Formats: sequence, structure tokens, C-alpha cells
Amino acid sequence: MTQNSQELHDLSLTGLVAALRTRRVSSVEVAEHFLQRARAHTDLGAFLDVRPDVTLTQASAADARLASGKAGALEGIPLAHKDIFVTKDFVTTAGSKMLSGYQSPFDATVVARLAQAGAVTLGKLNCDEFAMGSANENSAYGPVKNPWDTTRTPGGSSGGSAAAVAARMTPAATGTDTGGSIRQPSAFCGVTGIKPTYGRASRHGMVAFASSLDQAGVLARSAEDCALVLSAMCGPDPDRDSTSLDVPTENFSRHLGDSFEGLRIGVPREFFGVGLADDVRAAVDAALAQYEKLGARLVPISLPRTELSIPVYYIIAPAEASSNLSRFDGVKFGHRARDYADLADMYERTRAEGFGDEVKRRIMIGTYVLSHGYYDAYYLQAQKIRRMIADDFQQAFGQCDVIAGPVAPTVAWPLGGHGNDPLADYLADIFTLPASLAGLPGMSVPVGFGAGHMPVGLQLIGNHLTEARLLNVAHRYQQATDFHLRSPQGI
Amino acid sequence: MSLTLVDMDRLAHLARLGLQPDERARLCAQLNNFFGIVEQMRAVDTTGITPLAHPTDVIQEVALRLRPDVASEPNQREANQRSAPAVEVGLFLVPKVIE
Repeated sequence: MTQNSQELHDLSLTGLVAALRTRRVSSVEVAEHFLQRARAHTDLGAFLDVRPDVTLTQASAADARLASGKAGALEGIPLAHKDIFVTKDFVTTAGSKMLSGYQSPFDATVVARLAQAGAVTLGKLNCDEFAMGSANENSAYGPVKNPWDTTRTPGGSSGGSAAAVAARMTPAATGTDTGGSIRQPSAFCGVTGIKPTYGRASRHGMVAFASSLDQAGVLARSAEDCALVLSAMCGPDPDRDSTSLDVPTENFSRHLGDSFEGLRIGVPREFFGVGLADDVRAAVDAALAQYEKLGARLVPISLPRTELSIPVYYIIAPAEASSNLSRFDGVKFGHRARDYADLADMYERTRAEGFGDEVKRRIMIGTYVLSHGYYDAYYLQAQKIRRMIADDFQQAFGQCDVIAGPVAPTVAWPLGGHGNDPLADYLADIFTLPASLAGLPGMSVPVGFGAGHMPVGLQLIGNHLTEARLLNVAHRYQQATDFHLRSPQGI
Repeated sequence: MSLTLVDMDRLAHLARLGLQPDERARLCAQLNNFFGIVEQMRAVDTTGITPLAHPTDVIQEVALRLRPDVASEPNQREANQRSAPAVEVGLFLVPKVIE
């Protein structure tokens, strides 16, 4: 019996797993349904590469495994990948002209692990160029539009991932978070996103931006769905990622239903200062009140260096980026300028043509702070304050089990709203940067709506390796509320 | 302290980034604007603090990881060169470097 295809995109990922397992629907049918939805919403600009033949071949293979009883945890589930993960069967651009048409000879570890669990790839999702941005306006392939209001940004850099999940074009998507790039677009698009502890998911095959910060994660419609995908994508990869943590693979769903009676939620006062918009504050306050009703206790805490995390992050990330992006020289892969006088000229023209404005800005900042005479004053100083920020969190976790606050100071702003002022984007990252610098896991959970009926996200931050607890805290809230089930009008 | 156009030329050269004159002026203004917010960071007393280069350092003790010195990857020359801008008989082509 075939499930009414009208309903397939309304099922949760967990529900789809069950429908596939019991053969109420086939993986090919599910894939065709979501491909059709992706085609119907091309105006959002979320997908950069779709190859139905590849997707349907993968889905048929999943159906065969389902029929033979060899199904993996995500067998037959369609997923889409942020275009920062390299893929053999789809083009990988990282949102850059530099990698236009790039065919990777291998799959990123995250992509391979998900495929091994039975997931089927729908395609590649738009993002800011090399994941540098907070509005998805830095993609060489055009901005993504927010499905809740197509005149607004979906957030960034995983903007395509958030928009695709919000518009029900995929049950879940991979993303990467360097300074908030999963949490902030999740908040702006009203979906649930998690960035695990730094080192949980392999960085092998993730086009590198800032290696000490980059971490893969997932965006889906609920904490329950996130847990399922995250369990499949994380795990040690010691031979291919030297920073992969030496901790066993975990079932992140195992504590979902646990009671959290007596849970201590730390509320950092620096996250509720003058910069926080009233509508976001109201939704976050209501969510915290709901948590109290569910048995949690709110504990005032302080993260005194929250504001400093902006300059610290925007020194460290560009420094690492300027080094990582030196590989784009027009020799082994990617764009090469057509006309040049000699080797040096080829490098300079290739990079001038291939990189967009924001990438050039960060390369220049990074080059400066690493250059002779400035290294100590900027880069090393930033790393020292990074240690202080990490220590501040450990102090805070002495008083609480999780930390909660806003993801971003405002709801999604209009596309082009920050004009030609990159600093405005940087400042808006204030609440997501601290956890990134400390390598902590973080989530965004939809908790209501602000101005213009735009979604608001609650940020949950846990101590290292406490993803299962974080997901439990998010899941219990989602069992008591229905914000995560709302979908944009006309979708 | 603020960056000048001469600094921009030096940095662009270090980064092998060709900049148009208008682009160079715009970047210069934007970078100076950015370094305005960096000043608060420079004022922080960090005496005796060990720089944190990597968050792994505070999560678990990880010695520099080495793997056995054996070939683990198959030869994928063709696949690896598929996206190269210029290849001839299995070699990457670059402009002449040595006369």
C-alpha cells in the first residue's frame, strides 16, 4: 500500500523511517516526492545541484536492502548536503566561483557514513562562499530566500540547508558550523539544528574554512530527527582527520525521553543585554518559562567575555582561512585565470577572479594578523582570550547543566538589509561565537515568532560530549509545544 | 593605528590576491572599520594565559596523532586530475618558472 504522497513531506524523518521499514512506501517514491518538491521551489535558490538519476539509483538500492532485511538506520531516507561537503556524484562548489563545476574524486566522511546508514542524496545545498557569511548572500550562485518571507535572508552560512528543511524539500540536511552557521539559519528558518562537540564529526572532505572551528552537524524538523541523523554521521576518523575525537560512536537518541526534573538551565545575563530585540527576548523568555513549567530550574550565570568573542573569532577564523585558502592557486583544481604573464600573475589573477568580496576581506584580515610584527598582538592575543572564554564556560557549567539564550539578536533581516556593511553581519553573530570558540555542542530550537511572523530560535549549549542530553532537553520541550511543527504559508 | 593603501598592497601581495584600485580602497576602509572593534581585545590583560590553538585541547588530551607510514590510498591520478585547469600526460601544467 502506498502512502498518500501528499503527506510524505509532512511526516517526520523518524516517521519516514517507520513507513519505509514497514514497506508502506518505497524509497524511490519518497525520493521522487522530495525531488518534485525541490523542483516546485527552485525560486528559493536552496539547491545548487540535483541529479535525479543518481538519487533514484541510490533509492532503488535502498529499496533492495529494505526488501532483503539489511536496512541501515537511515535506509531509504532522502537527505541533502551543504555544498561544503565534497561528493563524488554531485558537483561541489562551496558556494564559490573558484570551484565552479568541481568534481571530487571522493565523498566526505560524513557523506559516506550517512550513505552507509542507507541515506539517499537528493542534492547539494547553497551556502555562503566557503561558509563565510551570516545571510547566505555571499554565495557566488545567488542568495537563498527564507521560505517564511522570501524577501528575507534564511541566515547563513548553511542557508540552503535551513531553507530546504523549512520548505519541506528534504526531511533533514547536513550543515557546518564555524561560528554559528547551523544554529543561526536554523533559528531564522524555524527548524531544529545541532552542532556537535568539535571533533565529533569528521572534517575529512569538508572544504576547510577555519579548521579549529569547523564542525559538521544537522538541520531537521525536530530534536528527535536530528538525533537519528547525528548518530549516523558522527564517529572517530583518526586516519583522515587529525582532530577527530577519540570517543566511540554514540546513539544520541538514547536519552530523548528522559525526565529532566531538576535540570539547571544557566541563563547568561550577557545574552540579554541592550542589543537583544524585544520580539526575540519575548519568545526566549516564554521558552524559559515553559522549561520551568517542565521542571527545570533557571540559574543566572555570567559569560563575561561574550562581546570579546566577536573580535577573537574574527581574528582566528580569517587567520585560519587565509592559510586554508592558499590551496586555491589555479594549479591542481578549480578556476584558473585565462590570461596571465607569469606564475605569480596567474596566482593573483586566478584568486582575484575566483574569490568573492567577503572571502577576499577575510584573506586580507588573516594575512595581516599572521604577518610579521602583528602575530603576537592579534593572533596570539586572540588565542589567549579564546582560552579565557573556554574557561568561562567551564566555570558556568559548575553551576548549571545546560546554558540557554537567544541564537541571534534579531529575527531574519531583509535580504540586502545589512547593505555593504560586513561589520553588521559580524556583530549579529555575538551569541553563537562563544560556544564555537570553546568547541562546545550547541542547538537551535524553534520557540515562537517575532516581528513579521518570523521564527525565533532558542540556543541550547551543553558541555563537551553532552549532545544526548542537549537533544533530550530540546525533545522534551518539543513534546510540550508545537513550534517545530509549524510550516511557512504556501509551502 | 590604521591600515593604509600601501599596507593593502603589501598584504595583497603576501596573499597573492590581485586587487583593482577601487576594490583596494573599499577593502582598506572596511578593514579599518573592523579593526575598530578589535581594539577592545588588545586591551585585555592576558598575562600568564596559554594560547588555545585548538578546542580539542580542552576536551581531551590528544598527542600529535601519527599513523603508520604505509600507503593507504589507491592511485587515483585520473580522478584527482579531472578538475585540474591544465594537465598533460598526467602532469599539472604551470607557466614556466625557471628559464
